Amino acid sequence: MSLLEIQDLSLSIHGTTILEKVNLSIEKGQVVAIVGESGSGKSMTSSAVIRLLPEGTVTSGAIWLNDENISEKSEKEMCAVRANEIGMVFQEPMTALNPVETIGAQVMEAIRISEPGLGRAEVRERAELALHRVGLDNQRFPLNTYPHKLSGGQRQRVVIAIAISQNPALLIADEPTTALDVTAQAKIMTLLKKLVDQDKMGLLLISHDLAVVADIADHIVIMKDGQVVEQGPREGFFENMKHEYTKMLFAAAHHKLQQKFVVEETDPVLEIRGLSKDYKIGRKEKLQAVNDVSFTIGRGENIGLVGESGCGKSTLTRCILGLEDFQKGEILIAGQKFNGERRLRRHINVVFQDPYGSFNPRHKVGRLVAEPYYALDDPPNEDEKKQKVVEMLEHVGLSASDIDKYPHEFSGGQRQRIAIARALITEPDIILLDEATSALDVLIRDQILELLARLTSVFGISYLFVSHDLTTVKNITDRVLVMKDGVIVEEGITAEVYQNPRHPYTKALLEASPDITKSKINNKEQLNDNIFQH
Amino acid sequence: MAHYILKRLLSLVITLLVATIIIFLIIEVVPGDPAAYMMGLSGSSEAADALRIELGLDKGALERYFSWVGGMLSGDFGISYTYRVPVSQLIGERTLVSVPLTVYALILSTLIAVPVGVISASRRGSIVDTSLMGMAQVGVAIPNFWFAILMVLVFSTSLGWFSAVGFPGWDAGFWPCIKALTIPAVSLALPQAAILARVMRSSVLEVMQEDYIRTARAKGLSRRQALIRHGLRNAMIPVLTILGLQFSFLLAGGIIIESIFSLPGLGRLVFQSIAQRDLIVVKSIVTLLVLAVVLITFLVDLIYVLVDPRLREEGRG
Repeated sequence: MSLLEIQDLSLSIHGTTILEKVNLSIEKGQVVAIVGESGSGKSMTSSAVIRLLPEGTVTSGAIWLNDENISEKSEKEMCAVRANEIGMVFQEPMTALNPVETIGAQVMEAIRISEPGLGRAEVRERAELALHRVGLDNQRFPLNTYPHKLSGGQRQRVVIAIAISQNPALLIADEPTTALDVTAQAKIMTLLKKLVDQDKMGLLLISHDLAVVADIADHIVIMKDGQVVEQGPREGFFENMKHEYTKMLFAAAHHKLQQKFVVEETDPVLEIRGLSKDYKIGRKEKLQAVNDVSFTIGRGENIGLVGESGCGKSTLTRCILGLEDFQKGEILIAGQKFNGERRLRRHINVVFQDPYGSFNPRHKVGRLVAEPYYALDDPPNEDEKKQKVVEMLEHVGLSASDIDKYPHEFSGGQRQRIAIARALITEPDIILLDEATSALDVLIRDQILELLARLTSVFGISYLFVSHDLTTVKNITDRVLVMKDGVIVEEGITAEVYQNPRHPYTKALLEASPDITKSKINNKEQLNDNIFQH
Repeated sequence: MAHYILKRLLSLVITLLVATIIIFLIIEVVPGDPAAYMMGLSGSSEAADALRIELGLDKGALERYFSWVGGMLSGDFGISYTYRVPVSQLIGERTLVSVPLTVYALILSTLIAVPVGVISASRRGSIVDTSLMGMAQVGVAIPNFWFAILMVLVFSTSLGWFSAVGFPGWDAGFWPCIKALTIPAVSLALPQAAILARVMRSSVLEVMQEDYIRTARAKGLSRRQALIRHGLRNAMIPVLTILGLQFSFLLAGGIIIESIFSLPGLGRLVFQSIAQRDLIVVKSIVTLLVLAVVLITFLVDLIYVLVDPRLREEGRG
């Protein structure tokens, strides 16, 4: 029998059906990926295996692990299963570790739970080994390091170290890289694959993005609305897709719009000249967040600004929005020098990353969308405002009746549409999209990107698309700027940069981007020397 | 770390300085003659003049302020007008009652609140939770003087376990004093415990939703173990803030309980001094209470650093 065998697993929470007769199995050393949108039940399937479920959950069916039906075990017996047989890695590495305990204490605790008989020195040694195996060298990251000193990718490594320190037979990774930069993502995926090969573990990998898992999965399971719609071995999977939904996911994973190779010169709507900004750290040290950055965005032009977290793109964005002071350089909006003046703000608007956090939950959509009018000296009267709000809502694919709803009544994608309507309403020259699609599922992301492309042609608007993900930017921008350590290291027409990146950093970013059409990691030799630290 | 402490110390000194200025302004500079006020309506104008000279009111405001602050720094708080003893001696005796009473009450309230909060949270929605929180609700609502009198009726009058009123003084030994402070401390502690238990409960509930608790469960810890090993320390952070506030509140706010039990504490001294128009004592006690509040806040800030390693960083934040 297989290592893990899920048989007819159904699950409901307070009477609402979440999973319906899910069947799948994992062999030793095999990577099985479940792919689906949020709400498809993929995370719930993994939670059911380790049985960390919300209150009010009722399950039926059987879960066999190592020839034992663990769905019949008591809660106490399940604690032992979690300690010895299943390891789990979660989506959000920033919060997955206890902030008040050292990483060493948290790994050692896991080892002690799984093997209570071990001596102090032995536990310590095993913890150091586990951290070393995930690429956290004991010299640079001693056991007494606190989680807040680590980056997201490094914290995810600690969580993986916790999981593998117990020598589990099955590893579950639930969206382990969704919250990470592309380069960190590639490294974590490679690491997981390596560990699975070395320890002959089974890996249940959950993701919303087919492109991310396509490289390392041996078997792919597509889920939708609590059911498995299609599954099969990776080999030949994309050549023989049967279900419509799988095809849609596949299309979304390597989405292409037409690309321009020549960009016409137009009047600049935004000009940045020699902008520099540093932060003081402590008394003497300075962090040069943005260093002598210059670029121009013409009318109707779409620019991508790409870089990893910490590269200074967020600081630059805040400077452009007039939310932050800077030391050197100037910003020109519509040809006029901008220093946070209210009258110039109407020319530039913003859509933020988090569709949940960027609305006041107590305001109705009508009021939220009309909000930018406050910045105008001559706002239209209430009737005109309302008419305009309706018009904008219709432009972004919502309806006039949505005006009296509250933000919580909408999905993430719909909320992002509301945010776009809000950004459009004062008819700005340029909209700044700060990771505006990073929190969305792939299919929804595609729809939003298409909407944005359509709006460019309707309003003649320019976009500055800020993202850590090259794939997203690729499809919607004319030109792209690559930023690293506060400096723009490469700039050019998007299609050219993608085909022929000049700067090594751009190359590294491109290589790290998941691409469903090329498989990197299946080549095992390459894999072994590919472990570098993040 | 050192930077953090230094910054806190500086803000402590500034707060104190501002407080002394405000107290001084209100009592001595604001229109109205302190000497005439202290003499009362029946006092003759000659007596008021004499008092004015005794208080140094014939000197300039700035000079008076500096001699007052300078005196306090060297331990000289002046002579009480009504008691005719040095204010420092008066306050010293009272502090020896009030501070132990407050600490006693806080220990009791923490010992009650933390387990109640944890039990309630870990059995959320059960009968245990509902009844504990119901009791806490009642505890917040009951006036502590009424509860104090009830306790006296039960434990002193009927059972005779404790004496109803009075304080033997520390010369009588440790245990007799603790015994005398027990009922007052319980009366002070219960309403505070009720508030604290509610804070503890919601804090634990919030912490139990955190991702690191899920990580702990995935390691193989039971809910209970995860709560105790990973939840408690994190849940204590908001509770500490409330504890700090309660200390200051109890230290100054014990007037009613001190009066009921005839305890010679600070609260009663303030009350009596105000009634007897002894501005010298009032001024000093208010300043000392400010000092206590500021010191406690400082202490709580230091404990935060011990509990939360993220605050140990130098620099911003």
